[in-house]
Amino acid sequence: MTSPHESRVRDICRQHGSDPVRLLDIARAVQSEFRGISQQSIDTIAAEVGVPRVTVEACVSFYSFLSVERQGEITIRLCDDVPDRLAGYETVRDAFVHALGVPLGGTTADGRFTLERTACIGLSDQAPAALVNEVPVTGLSSDRAREIVESLSRHGDPRQLVRKLGDGNNAHPLIQSMVRNNLQYPGAILFSPYNRGEAIRKAVAMSPAEVIRAVKTARLRGRGGAGFPTGMKWEFAREVEASPKYVICNADEGEPGTFKDRVLLTERADRVIAGMTIAAYAIGAAEGVLYLRGEYAYLLPFLESRLERRREDGLLGSGIAGKHGFDFDIRIQMGAGAYVCGEESALISSLEGDRGDPRDRPPFPTTSGFRASPTVVNNVETLCCVTRILEEGPATFCEYGTPQSAGTKLLSISGDCRLPGIYEVPFGLPLREVLELAGGESAAAVQVGGPSGRLVGTSEFDRRICFDDLATGGALVVFGPDRDLLSIVSAYTEFFIEEGCGHCTPCRAGMPAMHDLLERVRAGRGEHADLDRLRELGETIRRTSRCGLGQTAPNPILSSLEGLASEYEARTHEAEAGMRQSFDLDAALQPARAVPGRAPAHL
Amino acid sequence: MPRPRIATASLAGCFGCHMSLLDLDEGILELAELVEFDRSPIDDYKEFQGRCTVGLVEGGCANEENVATIREFRRCCDVLVSVGDCATMGGIPAMRNLVPLDECLQEAYVDGPTVHNPGGLPPGDAEIPRMLDRVYALHEVVHIDWHLPGCPPSPEAFQAALTALLSGEPAALPPGLIRYD
Repeated sequence: MTSPHESRVRDICRQHGSDPVRLLDIARAVQSEFRGISQQSIDTIAAEVGVPRVTVEACVSFYSFLSVERQGEITIRLCDDVPDRLAGYETVRDAFVHALGVPLGGTTADGRFTLERTACIGLSDQAPAALVNEVPVTGLSSDRAREIVESLSRHGDPRQLVRKLGDGNNAHPLIQSMVRNNLQYPGAILFSPYNRGEAIRKAVAMSPAEVIRAVKTARLRGRGGAGFPTGMKWEFAREVEASPKYVICNADEGEPGTFKDRVLLTERADRVIAGMTIAAYAIGAAEGVLYLRGEYAYLLPFLESRLERRREDGLLGSGIAGKHGFDFDIRIQMGAGAYVCGEESALISSLEGDRGDPRDRPPFPTTSGFRASPTVVNNVETLCCVTRILEEGPATFCEYGTPQSAGTKLLSISGDCRLPGIYEVPFGLPLREVLELAGGESAAAVQVGGPSGRLVGTSEFDRRICFDDLATGGALVVFGPDRDLLSIVSAYTEFFIEEGCGHCTPCRAGMPAMHDLLERVRAGRGEHADLDRLRELGETIRRTSRCGLGQTAPNPILSSLEGLASEYEARTHEAEAGMRQSFDLDAALQPARAVPGRAPAHL
Repeated sequence: MPRPRIATASLAGCFGCHMSLLDLDEGILELAELVEFDRSPIDDYKEFQGRCTVGLVEGGCANEENVATIREFRRCCDVLVSVGDCATMGGIPAMRNLVPLDECLQEAYVDGPTVHNPGGLPPGDAEIPRMLDRVYALHEVVHIDWHLPGCPPSPEAFQAALTALLSGEPAALPPGLIRYD
């Protein structure tokens, strides 16, 4: 006996060739159609795709956009990141909870609405924000929250929530979003006018080795945060004698506070795709994947149209730009809500249909990546730079920036500043000048590089944005003088506890231990030894965790212990010599006082 | 030169660690030559007689009296050692940490299948120390200088640790003596 539901699930599998590598796509499709992936559907998918049931279950439980429980017809995902909290997240959340009559994580009894919270959705400069199914809604207030619920109850169509279209391509017929680019400071490289096809034509006129040399001469380093030299990465992949090879664009922009890639994909998609094509030419790849974070699904039809237009123009497909034998095409893989998938080895796991678990390195993806083949994974911004380098030549690119950090950096600035948005600045600019540009001069601290970066206090505002000083993937969250900075440190620490994959002990057990200690200090029950303990634990987690997430998870606490020591000192006290300040005898005896039958003390 | 003074106590433990210390056999006589026992069940002093060089405490803190004792040990001992798994981690008594205190008492004194308690209340005499909300390891209540793990630590571990502490050498025990069972 097969129910119509299950035969439809089977059809969905077959539409994806019942290919285990496409498991995430299958799961997304089932989730979207049935609002959940039931236990029975898990069985059906496992049987149809030919993998153990647990593989499907692991996939469903891993991604936050997938669920076994049936969700409402409309899922409202409230972004609960630090900039949202600064902008009034709590009142918006309460308004939604009240209007829908369900708590966070709940589904209304009529099955129409599910209310959830989610990590950063890449709209920090227009917070508080939410995703209503795939439609982003920005600049929320409690009034707007009530209005949204009321209006959705009437028509049930999230798209109708968009009243005023955003700027630039956000108003494109295939996007039609209220998201704004807030491009406050377009620089000379990434947002310069673009002549479609120019970079590719110049690239194919060179040999692949010459293309790599050009990228090396430009001293291009990866823009995702780690700053690995791009030319070297390509050369590693080129030198491996294996076929096929792959080019992956990491558009899983998940570092909280980062939204630059969203704007690049909206305004310079062609430059991103061209960058992938040039990388393919350089390393000898025929297939590329653009891994787009699930939160940016509203950009998918637009990006598909850009790919299609390039195929029509001979810039993708076979014999690209007239170069016989240069065949390359790109598909878009949608993510499903998992921060750790921004880490390249986790991203590859996810692409292969597995949980997005990071892998041990080496081997590095350039040797053994997607489907165990040589794979280059580059950030969206890096690929835009590549295109620009081919357009204008490496010399022009190097006119900007510092010797170690050539070119410009795209910054996503949000929080307590007058002009939140996107800034393209030359590398080497001091943080203080960045803050002046954004109207954040009065800042007490800035989180540079998202939670995994560094909380920088005023004493460090003369440090420079570049790889050898303040290295960053580009997220800057500004905190004004009235903010409780340790509560922000706590929020970022909670983020890592939530997003950790649970695989290794230092990160899984160590981070909650650090959080407990931090909370003790925040509650005024910490002592100096607790600060030493935090440093010690943080160092252990940094050194012994398995992947980049765990290795950077202690950063909010470790960096603030350095840069904002006075915040900690002010809240730690010394108990009587040798006693623990944190032990509260009175509180520990509270339950005993409530036990009935206790005689009053007669001493 | 006065001999170094040693104090010992058992809090929420089973006295197994003290038994292991006594298991030094004739070694205990050598120890008694080297040191002076102060407050300890071994000589049955209930109060501190003077400042001590080393305090050895087994068992965690389960009630207010345990807290008072460990605090007094901290005040009176130069070096304080938590001895055994109950002292270092809470041990077996800490199994109650998974259950709220009122439910623990209800099960133990009222609802348990073998309980005969016509009064229907947990014992409430004012002489009985009140229990804490959960069992605490000693280092959660006072600063602890050294942890000697084991359930119990072996007599050899006691001997090696005391020798090191009394001679002022680093108390780095060989791996064979550090065990958690």
